[in-house]
Amino acid sequence: MNSVILRAGTRYLAGLLLLVSLFMLLRGHNEPGGGFIGGLIGATGFVLYAVACGTRDARAALRVAPETIAIAGLLIALGAGLAAALFGDDLFTGQWLFIGETEDDKGLPLSTVLVFDIGVYVAVFGSVLSLVFTMEEEV
Amino acid sequence: MAEGAAAHGPGETPPKGNGAIGVLPILFALALFAAFLAALPTVSAGERLLWTIDWVPSLGIGFAFMVDGLSLTFALLISGIGTLVLLYSNSYLAGHPQYGRFALYLTSFMVAMLGLVLADDLIVLFVFWELTTITSYLLIGFSHETEKGRRNALQALFVTGAGALAFLAGLILLGFAAGTTRISDILAQGTAIHDHPLYLPILLLLLLGAFTKSAQVPFHFWLPNAMAAPTPVSAFLHSATMVKAGVYVMARVHPSMAGTDVWLWTLTIFGVITAVYASILALRQTDLKQSLAYTTLMALGTLTLFLGQESGYAMTAFATFLIVHSLYKAALFLVIGSVDHGAGTREADLLGGLGRAMPVTAIAAAVAAMSMAGFPPFLGFIGKELKYAGALAVASEPVLVAGGVLLANALMFAVAGIVAFRPFWRPAGGDLPRKPHEAPWPMLAGPVLLAALGALFGLNPDLLQVSLVNPTVLSLTGSENEVVELKLWAGVNLPLVLSIATFVLGLLFYLAHRPLRASLAGFFAAAPSLDRGWDGFMDALKRSAGAVTDIIQTGRMTDYFVATFATIAIGLAAAMGFRGLPSLDPAFGAVSWIDLALAGLILGGAALTAFTSSRIAAIAALGVVGIGTALVFIFFGAPDVAITQLMVEVLVVVLVAIVMLRLPRLDAAPNPFRPGHAGLAVAVGTVVTLALLAVLTAPLDRRLSDYFEATSWPEAFGRNIVNVILVDFRALDTFGEVAVVVVAALSAVALLRQGKAGGKGETK
Repeated sequence: MNSVILRAGTRYLAGLLLLVSLFMLLRGHNEPGGGFIGGLIGATGFVLYAVACGTRDARAALRVAPETIAIAGLLIALGAGLAAALFGDDLFTGQWLFIGETEDDKGLPLSTVLVFDIGVYVAVFGSVLSLVFTMEEEV
Repeated sequence: MAEGAAAHGPGETPPKGNGAIGVLPILFALALFAAFLAALPTVSAGERLLWTIDWVPSLGIGFAFMVDGLSLTFALLISGIGTLVLLYSNSYLAGHPQYGRFALYLTSFMVAMLGLVLADDLIVLFVFWELTTITSYLLIGFSHETEKGRRNALQALFVTGAGALAFLAGLILLGFAAGTTRISDILAQGTAIHDHPLYLPILLLLLLGAFTKSAQVPFHFWLPNAMAAPTPVSAFLHSATMVKAGVYVMARVHPSMAGTDVWLWTLTIFGVITAVYASILALRQTDLKQSLAYTTLMALGTLTLFLGQESGYAMTAFATFLIVHSLYKAALFLVIGSVDHGAGTREADLLGGLGRAMPVTAIAAAVAAMSMAGFPPFLGFIGKELKYAGALAVASEPVLVAGGVLLANALMFAVAGIVAFRPFWRPAGGDLPRKPHEAPWPMLAGPVLLAALGALFGLNPDLLQVSLVNPTVLSLTGSENEVVELKLWAGVNLPLVLSIATFVLGLLFYLAHRPLRASLAGFFAAAPSLDRGWDGFMDALKRSAGAVTDIIQTGRMTDYFVATFATIAIGLAAAMGFRGLPSLDPAFGAVSWIDLALAGLILGGAALTAFTSSRIAAIAALGVVGIGTALVFIFFGAPDVAITQLMVEVLVVVLVAIVMLRLPRLDAAPNPFRPGHAGLAVAVGTVVTLALLAVLTAPLDRRLSDYFEATSWPEAFGRNIVNVILVDFRALDTFGEVAVVVVAALSAVALLRQGKAGGKGETK
């Protein structure tokens, strides 16, 4: 699609969508959001870019092949699940670390659950882009 | 049928060896053999070694292994003959480009076989049973570039695989009836299983599995075809392994299952028929390897026959003949491999005069064949005497059984002469394809050692008796008192008379084997053949599968959609017709203007999709329907679902647009009214609406929701229950789903790229 307006707008919209997707990912544990939704939103950012500027530019902007990203996401999620074994728990049991915990404040919560959700985000992001880019190129 | 490296002649330089990949498996097998040999003194003393680690403790299934007389005898035969076969193969297939693969298959097969005979758990037994099926399939199909090799491998896989299904059912029922899957525990219960109502089904299913594996008539046809494998593989499959798996299982369950009329008659009848029928077929063959293959069937029939009985005579005969047969059969197969290797043919009528060129092989062949024919002082003689004693001890039909065994033995005598005497000592029947030469030492080691063991045990039967026969009989009967002493000279008795009759009859068969063979060939050419029937069966199966595929797979998207939606409509309608229509009185709240507006939006979008003649308008209108649905989720307080729906909707519109916009314009074709499709759409809409109303009238089960609401924050530190379930409570499920997403996307990419090699990065 060759539209100057769309291309100009996409510069800002794509970035904004990526930002929103990260926001969605991080707030997901307590508010609506999460890795799956975040991954979908992030993917729409690049899909928009591909529609406006072509998949060649979109792939260049992504730098890494989306297939690789999808598999990496799967491995991250798997790693987060397997990590529980290091602590002697059953697989996929969440492991938590609260930095700066006080009586009534949990501080900064870090967990394998977050890593798992990031893996989901990356896997969904990569899968959707693999499919859309290839469809755009081959059909 | 020239195999692998058999294609090089004596004058040429022999090809390079196989290096470490050839030597390592031999050492591995030798180490296993040594380990089992180390266990021999303990087991000979009457002890049993048990070893277990948990596998599925909730079902009581463990990786349990047991070493007793029966399993150790098998394990020694498997690992010992395995070592010699690997040593032999390393020369026989020297320089074969796929030797690494061959060694892997053969070693895996050996390990699977060892697992099978050592397993002390029914499920573990089955797992190894199937592993032998798969690895033997790979071995038989090793010459996969020939049509015949592939067909015969598949035939073996299907016949034994089908039997394995029955076998699995039998094992599960047995475990259920006995209350445990541990074999040693089942054996400890004695014959209690006889009175269980499931006894008969268990017996029949187990025997079906064992008979297919051990190639009893009428499942025998796959075994001679398995000769498509390289000769060392045949030696291994036929002597100590594969086909003995069925025999092993019958022997394993013998203490619990034997002793009833059904057991006695089934095994006796199938055993006798297989033994006699196979001996006749063996005489018919002109290919030496095929002849030997049929004598294996004869041995299997005889072993089955003995397992039908309970007497100490029969059990001793079983244990002895098992060992005798493994030794001479492996030796003779390896000899035939050497003959093929040295002379370039296995045709009985062509071969002759090899004794001078291959003296060591000839002597090994003669010694092994004399054991097979049952001459004193070889072990085969003792085995044969015991066979007659065992057959005469069959309480029910001694004449029939002994007569069958006599006939089979006489035919074996003749085959032994044809296979191991004629090719070496008579003048050649024609020009050999190659000037015969003696085999290298690794190919002599197997036949010589195995033949020598047959002679050693024959001269010194006590050695075998104490070490292997007694413990095996102990495993089978539970008492060493049942065992019968192995003696070379047992005095003048009925078995001796029968032995002499065997020699006379066998000699007659041998002298008359050429006219006999001709008349047999005429008879069998006219008779219906199970092997041809198999081909007909497979063809019919493929044709019917093709016909069904032609009907179902039209390749038209419209047809697939019609089938899918018709299934939904009919399925739901049938369910509601069966269960009764739900009450159509759900408790609706007040209908607000927002609800009406949303309904209008969705309905309008749907109508536009159906009636527009512009493709882009249809896609956009479909997007409106999706966004309307997302809005419904928002107003009913499910923001997570709404966002997901919205995102999916956006992506679907993009994907559909990519595909649809490449198609011809809609208005280029007439767009007539399609009453069938309209009716289907209305039907699906109606039943789905009714189903939703039915769901609304049922009370909501809140147990799970309450649990997650209560535990989400305290246990998983998250307030968004949906996400906490996804990433914590049900993380494994999520991982599975994400894996499906990734695999689906990658598969779609692969499919789209298909036929466009190098189309990567191409843009439009």
